[in-house]
Amino acid sequence: MAKNKKKINRWNYLIFTVFVAFIIGSYFLNFDLGARIGSNFMIFARDMISILPPAFILIGLFDVWVSRESIENNFGHTSGFKKYIYAILLAATTVGGTFVAFPVANTLYHKGANYSSIFTYVTAASLVMIPMSIMEASILGIKFTAIRIGVSLPLVIISSIILGNFFTRIGYKIPKAE
Amino acid sequence: MYTLYYIAGIAVLISFFADREKTIKGLKIGWKKFSKILGTYLKLLIILSFILLISDQFIINYLGGQAPFVGLIMGLIIGSITMMPGFIAYPLAGILVSRGVNYMVVAAFITTLMLVGVATYPVEKEYFGIKATIWRNIAGFIISALIAVATGVLYGEVLV
Repeated sequence: MAKNKKKINRWNYLIFTVFVAFIIGSYFLNFDLGARIGSNFMIFARDMISILPPAFILIGLFDVWVSRESIENNFGHTSGFKKYIYAILLAATTVGGTFVAFPVANTLYHKGANYSSIFTYVTAASLVMIPMSIMEASILGIKFTAIRIGVSLPLVIISSIILGNFFTRIGYKIPKAE
Repeated sequence: MYTLYYIAGIAVLISFFADREKTIKGLKIGWKKFSKILGTYLKLLIILSFILLISDQFIINYLGGQAPFVGLIMGLIIGSITMMPGFIAYPLAGILVSRGVNYMVVAAFITTLMLVGVATYPVEKEYFGIKATIWRNIAGFIISALIAVATGVLYGEVLV
């Protein structure tokens, strides 16, 4: 399995190299479609470069400093309803959106958070991020953002509880991303 | 834009003063996780570069001038399959509203854009597994639809 993963990773790097060569070639040959794909690529690449490396440093530090008990007490079975509040607060302040929220959720889970809290966290991370919501409110109006957040939070918690119960019942295990 | 670098830098410094060995161990863990997933993120980058070819004009054409219910469905679908950063998505949403597109349709588009990630599937499945990824996205789709309808009702666009 691990070997297989490595192989897939190598393929990804190879494809990526070909892709970058294609973009550079497109710029030189004035191939319009390729150049447009290239500028799209830059938009997301800039995003990822500014977010991913430091995010993974923080995830690594989080892993060694935060104890299993404190996660279990705040995001696990022993925590009652307050785990949803914590999950939402953590989500609102997560920088970088879902790209960061996925690995963080995975780490939380393997430290003892249960399904419903990580589902709440990931879903809320794409819904209530503070910088995004401010931008939205300034363009679409506060009413729009208030409705969206007000309606979504209860739904997020309810659906997380349903999904969490479902996955606990079928004994589902989330893969461990080392 | 590099805020997270400052935060991480300060965190590393504090951690280093508190416990050198723990810090090195933490950085190693972070690096290991990062190098394992990097290939998948690069793949995602390629997918997203193609998806963003779906132009603003295309979205404006498809979401504008539709019957509200058709617009709602279109918004949900287009939002699910596309993915764009907020600084592109929100101005686009602003244009849609100024062209008279219903708030309900805009809400459907914006919410699925954030909540349902068909394009981010390769990354999400690495961290959540296939089953959880699929169910979570289905839940996200349903939540988005409900949010959109609620928006429509509260803006008086849909009469109950």
